[in-house]
Amino acid sequence: MSSLIALFAGIVFGLGLIVSQMTNPSKIIGFLTVGKHWDPSLVFVMISAIFVSYFAFAYAKRRRASFFNLDFEIPKRTEIDKQLIIGSALFGIGWGIVGYCPAPAITALFFGNPQTLLFVGAMLIGMYLFRVINK
Amino acid sequence: MIIEALIGGVLIGIAVSFLLLFNGKVLGVSGIISDLINKPIHNNYWRLFFVIGLLISPFIYNLYKPMPVPTTTTNNLMIIVGGLLVGLGSRYASGCTSGHGVCGIARLSIRSMIATITFISFGALTVFLMQRVFV
Repeated sequence: MSSLIALFAGIVFGLGLIVSQMTNPSKIIGFLTVGKHWDPSLVFVMISAIFVSYFAFAYAKRRRASFFNLDFEIPKRTEIDKQLIIGSALFGIGWGIVGYCPAPAITALFFGNPQTLLFVGAMLIGMYLFRVINK
Repeated sequence: MIIEALIGGVLIGIAVSFLLLFNGKVLGVSGIISDLINKPIHNNYWRLFFVIGLLISPFIYNLYKPMPVPTTTTNNLMIIVGGLLVGLGSRYASGCTSGHGVCGIARLSIRSMIATITFISFGALTVFLMQRVFV
């Protein structure tokens, strides 16, 4: 059953990205462009996504376990360390260069665009490198 | 444009809420993908199903209307550099746009807010430099 929920969540998440055009790198580059050509779309996506999610997290806090009686695995870390800042900065630079973050890149694979495939391949290597470096 | 962005965000929020309230999991796409490639498939099925959901969402959207074609704006070398940085950076930061930007902010985590501000700032700086300096 939890696999079915995950499948559903993946589909709905993907549809959300497509409807709001977050799967299109030029929309992301538009959001990251400071000045009169700024495209605020991502702000509205985040506002409504955070608004809905806020109630889910607030409700989860009052429960002992999920509807399927599984433990909540919610991050407990609060420290603001070098790893968080450097990692986010590197992520931001990569995001700014291409306009893809992980989920939209996976969803956009649908088009079979070679550059999207190249990006996803490089991203997976980046994630693998992290494991190798931090062994 | 704003309406589509708001609807997209609500769909993303619904996906986050289902994964959290049924399965007890936080919807962080970079974590889901890296665990999928780095950990044994045992106990990993929900991640696989989530990614399958992302991959099939364009097919479902296309039943309703053609999905806008993503356009990348940079060369292959920069795509590889961007992909590596997104993969590596999101792991160092323990999260990306979904895990920190949506889920983290929705549960009012200061750590995630700092991460989000950092990657948006570096993303904007990168776009600025790419448009003004390198071109």
